[in-house]
Amino acid sequence: MMAGNVSIRLASERVNPSVYSGAVLPRFYTPGEVISGMKDYMRGHGTYAEDDCLKASVAGVMQKVNKLICIRPLKNRYVGEIGDVVVGRVLEVQQRRWKIDTNSRLDSVLQLSSVNLPGGELRRRSVEDEQMMRQLLQEGDLISAEVQNVFSDGSLSLHTRSLKYGKLKQGILLKVFPSLIKRRKNHFHNLPCGISVIIGNNGYIWISPNVQDVTVQEQKDEIANSDLQPVNQTDRETMARIRNCIAALVTSKMMLDDTSITYAYEESLKYESVKSLLDPEAMLDVAFLTQHRIKEMTQE
Amino acid sequence: MPAADLLSSQGLRLDGRRANELRRIRCKLGVFTQPDGSAYLEQGNTKVLAAVYGPHQASKSKSSSDGVVVNCQYSMATFSTGERKNRPRGDRKSQEISLHLRQALTAAIKTELYPRSQIDIYVEVLQADGGTFCAGVNAATLALIDAGIPLRAYVCACSASMAWGARPQPLVDVPHVEEAAGGVVLTVASLPNTGSTALLEMSHKLHMDYFKMVFSSAVQGCRDIEVILDRAVRDHLAEGWTEQDTVTV
Repeated sequence: MMAGNVSIRLASERVNPSVYSGAVLPRFYTPGEVISGMKDYMRGHGTYAEDDCLKASVAGVMQKVNKLICIRPLKNRYVGEIGDVVVGRVLEVQQRRWKIDTNSRLDSVLQLSSVNLPGGELRRRSVEDEQMMRQLLQEGDLISAEVQNVFSDGSLSLHTRSLKYGKLKQGILLKVFPSLIKRRKNHFHNLPCGISVIIGNNGYIWISPNVQDVTVQEQKDEIANSDLQPVNQTDRETMARIRNCIAALVTSKMMLDDTSITYAYEESLKYESVKSLLDPEAMLDVAFLTQHRIKEMTQE
Repeated sequence: MPAADLLSSQGLRLDGRRANELRRIRCKLGVFTQPDGSAYLEQGNTKVLAAVYGPHQASKSKSSSDGVVVNCQYSMATFSTGERKNRPRGDRKSQEISLHLRQALTAAIKTELYPRSQIDIYVEVLQADGGTFCAGVNAATLALIDAGIPLRAYVCACSASMAWGARPQPLVDVPHVEEAAGGVVLTVASLPNTGSTALLEMSHKLHMDYFKMVFSSAVQGCRDIEVILDRAVRDHLAEGWTEQDTVTV
């Protein structure tokens, strides 16, 4: 019989995951609170007008751009912008399009005309292609894509017309709050530890073993086969470690990008077993050391 | 008419409170990671969990183009009452309370913002000691705020009863013992900030002359609860706030 270590602790002994300290608190607004008189300002997201007053409708911090006032909540659903990299899950196969879950308020749409056909040829989509759609992407498949367009109701239209986008095969999906993702030029990263991550703007993070450059068209078949090859144990452990590092950063509410993930990974190496990173103290320790290194770097 | 001894000669109630005092409220936002928003609330011995999912795509049959569809589910845990009892979902009582919850919360949610979407609110009573509906509304408000869903104002609920002593006196925030004594229980859900009432429910008959008294004490209870909830939200913001939130783009 295996003897497992079980740690159950009292709620009162909970570790406070916060790594920030000493900062002056900003002014917080809560729903229904009056921000100012109506005439001076324009109302943005998170506000509404009533009785000639501008009131907050969410709890958060005020952001002011000239005369426009917005209240930003700590967390909400993903609000897409054109050009964002997202990771999503196929919910439904419909006529000439897929419905994709991207953690936004409404399901996103991936048109058949905005995917690359196998073999990379460019042509009109025929009826045969329509019938082949389920072979391309099935319900439950994970994809990476880019936001092509935002409709007036806020729903997104995606495209995968580049070789870096498309179906995701072997790896781990991690869901975090979208507000924790730092907007960067690049969201595809090959980390020095031999693992690649896709940090979707929508808060879905994909961790997978390092992929070789897939630009060469001729190797397409070979690549398709390599997708099903077993991943070796060291890679799997590294992936699990990265996942736990990201989870640690998220519990401490730290922004995620390649730098913070790499730092957290390096700091976590002092914990021999990947499992021990699930310990609240270890998570706080990793987050704190990462925070420290980022601070040092920005000061230089 | 119920027993007159709900209020002692010293003006204390069965649990030692004064007539206008609330039970102790303790609450915490963001207790789960899976839902978009969640909250835990204790009101005396009544303990409630609330979870909010959404706004997300509404199912085709429910979808409405004028606004978001609010979907509530209220349930009581098997172990929540003194007598252990398996409660199937969708029994009449919890169905009714679900409807009331929906009415109270839709009054506060700015539904017009998200057409074709849906918000699911789940309220689970862990321990029931009277006023479970009130605690459910208060917890759901916190969970909605945690999920970042736009609200007009806080929606708070409070119950009030009546003590028929030498001088009739309203009792605020009714626990189980006073409910069981058979007196009238008036439940009010209101938006104290705007002064509007979202839901009003009364369990027994009450003479018109006394209604105003009971009603105003319940509304005062709502106002007091709003202050407590607001403090909890501010504490939560102060804890979860990070420097990037203030950066203007």
